[in-house]
Amino acid sequence: MNAPIHTLALHAEAIAVQLGHGPARTPVLHGVSLDIRAGRWTSIVGPNGAGKSTLLKCLAGLLPYQGSVALLGQPLLALPQRARARQLAWLGQNESSADDLVVWDVAMLGRLPHQPWLAPPSAADHAAVEQALRATQAWDWRHRPLGQLSGGERQRVLLARALAVQAQVLLMDEPLANLDPPHQVDWLLLVRDLVRQGKTVVSVLHELSLSLQADELVVMAAGRVTHHGACQDPATHRALEAVFDQRIHIQRIADQWISLPKI
Amino acid sequence: MKQPRVAWLVLLGVLLALSLAALGICVGSAGFENLLQPLLNPALDPEQTAMAQQIVWEIRLPRTLGAWAAGALLGLAGAVAQGLFRNPLADPYLLGSASGAALGVALALAALGGAAGMLGGGNMMNSGVAVSVFSSSVWVRLGLTGAAFFGAVFAVLLTLVLSRGVGHTLRLLLAGVVVGVVLGALTQLVLLFSPDSLQAMQAFMLGSTAFVGWTSCVLMAGVWCLCVLAAWLLARVLDGLSLGDATAISLGLPVAPMRAALVAVLALATGTAVAQTGLIAFVGLAAPHLVRSIVKTTHGHLMLLSSLVGGVLLMAADTLARSLIAPQELPVGVLTAVLGGGYLLWLMHRGTARTGSPA
Repeated sequence: MNAPIHTLALHAEAIAVQLGHGPARTPVLHGVSLDIRAGRWTSIVGPNGAGKSTLLKCLAGLLPYQGSVALLGQPLLALPQRARARQLAWLGQNESSADDLVVWDVAMLGRLPHQPWLAPPSAADHAAVEQALRATQAWDWRHRPLGQLSGGERQRVLLARALAVQAQVLLMDEPLANLDPPHQVDWLLLVRDLVRQGKTVVSVLHELSLSLQADELVVMAAGRVTHHGACQDPATHRALEAVFDQRIHIQRIADQWISLPKI
Repeated sequence: MKQPRVAWLVLLGVLLALSLAALGICVGSAGFENLLQPLLNPALDPEQTAMAQQIVWEIRLPRTLGAWAAGALLGLAGAVAQGLFRNPLADPYLLGSASGAALGVALALAALGGAAGMLGGGNMMNSGVAVSVFSSSVWVRLGLTGAAFFGAVFAVLLTLVLSRGVGHTLRLLLAGVVVGVVLGALTQLVLLFSPDSLQAMQAFMLGSTAFVGWTSCVLMAGVWCLCVLAAWLLARVLDGLSLGDATAISLGLPVAPMRAALVAVLALATGTAVAQTGLIAFVGLAAPHLVRSIVKTTHGHLMLLSSLVGGVLLMAADTLARSLIAPQELPVGVLTAVLGGGYLLWLMHRGTARTGSPA
């Protein structure tokens, strides 16, 4: 690959978003500026309604916003749709109603940005889909309809769909929904593996202890970024405790930072 | 994923359609008559062959093929609607096209002076003349077909204006419901002031393939070709949309223009079918369900198979409608409503028995 190496995967400047119509229109993001470094796992955390998912959607170009976002050095909205889709993969919340599609076909949708219109899947597409399904341990169900899988199993198929894009940047909104603890750990190992390969992962997570395993933490409250720093940094821990009204406590147990509720 | 089952099902759909076509041209008011024999052996009895040719060519063949084409349009529209609205209960009439077509016909009937020349003698075969439920005059009939089509298109456009475009699925559905209710009320109002049209109107509301001629047949077949081609080209966006709007956009699909194109396919297919055959219930709803209960596949295959199944269903229903109480004839819409309703009920119970909750 001769593509230039960017140190910044995403660069957002003064992002402002208002949702709703007419008098009910409310500001959700107030001029957020953020740099996401390439080849790192960044986790966005904060209380409900902080604007985490909205920010992630803006970074993916899925929501109209004021301000600017650059993806790997290029203005996001100026990129052709398919070119953007090849560089940036998205995994959303509650995204599926595809009960009648079989697992293989769902994962193959991740290859759409690579396929010419109406062209059948290439050998590379087949290989990418197989690799993604094996990585999420969904390969055994490739012939089954999505509607016959449990919530956690579906989530792994949808993750495989996002992985199949083989994009440089992966944005995931609540990717751990419905996953049991062993599969949460699998997800974490998978993300670390992606980062080792030079990919950039940005996730919005409710599980604070898992978020603390990331490289960097973006702490949000009320539509603003209140802190952005390394997960190991005590200042990050203090910022996290602050946005949750000091009702959590960050502690180091068995060589890991974890969040405990203050009771 | 390659699915050999899809290819077999397509073949089965075509074979069933051909067999039903052969059966369809042999069923008339006198029940089953083997017209194929005189047609294939003209040397046997030239007079009988000439008569058989006339009956088959002028009446039964266009009607049978027309039933297939109307069913195929409705089956296709049903699959498009269910994919577009991401709802298995969506049917082709959702965007108000049915009530728009009904209003168009009611207005045209009222304008043409009520029932003047509108009442078919119940059975075309007996009367010997091509008397239509709608009219004995081809011009009146063309006018009514046009009125139904423009009514359907007008209603869909009204729905689109009220929902401010196709971006919001829920808004689109609600606007469709509003348009349906309001235009339905207007239709009733028109009929109240023009009671003479009630009977002809009823025939339209029940749906009938009895008076489909070659013109309607060719028109429906042409529109079907266009719609199937467009649906095939747009199938991928339905697959993408089944994962949600955000994911579809993130995959680089031009969601907004393609959704608009799919709405156009839906309106054109439904409007054309309704204009030629009236309101035929349940074919559009049941055909995609039937396909999905046999094979789980992508929208491209689903739409094609639904269309084939819709054609076969309406053809079978049409043949049954002609033979069940021969020499009288049932309106085919009544039969599809009863059969389709029963099928969906069975599907629901099967779903409940399997999962403990309704399907």
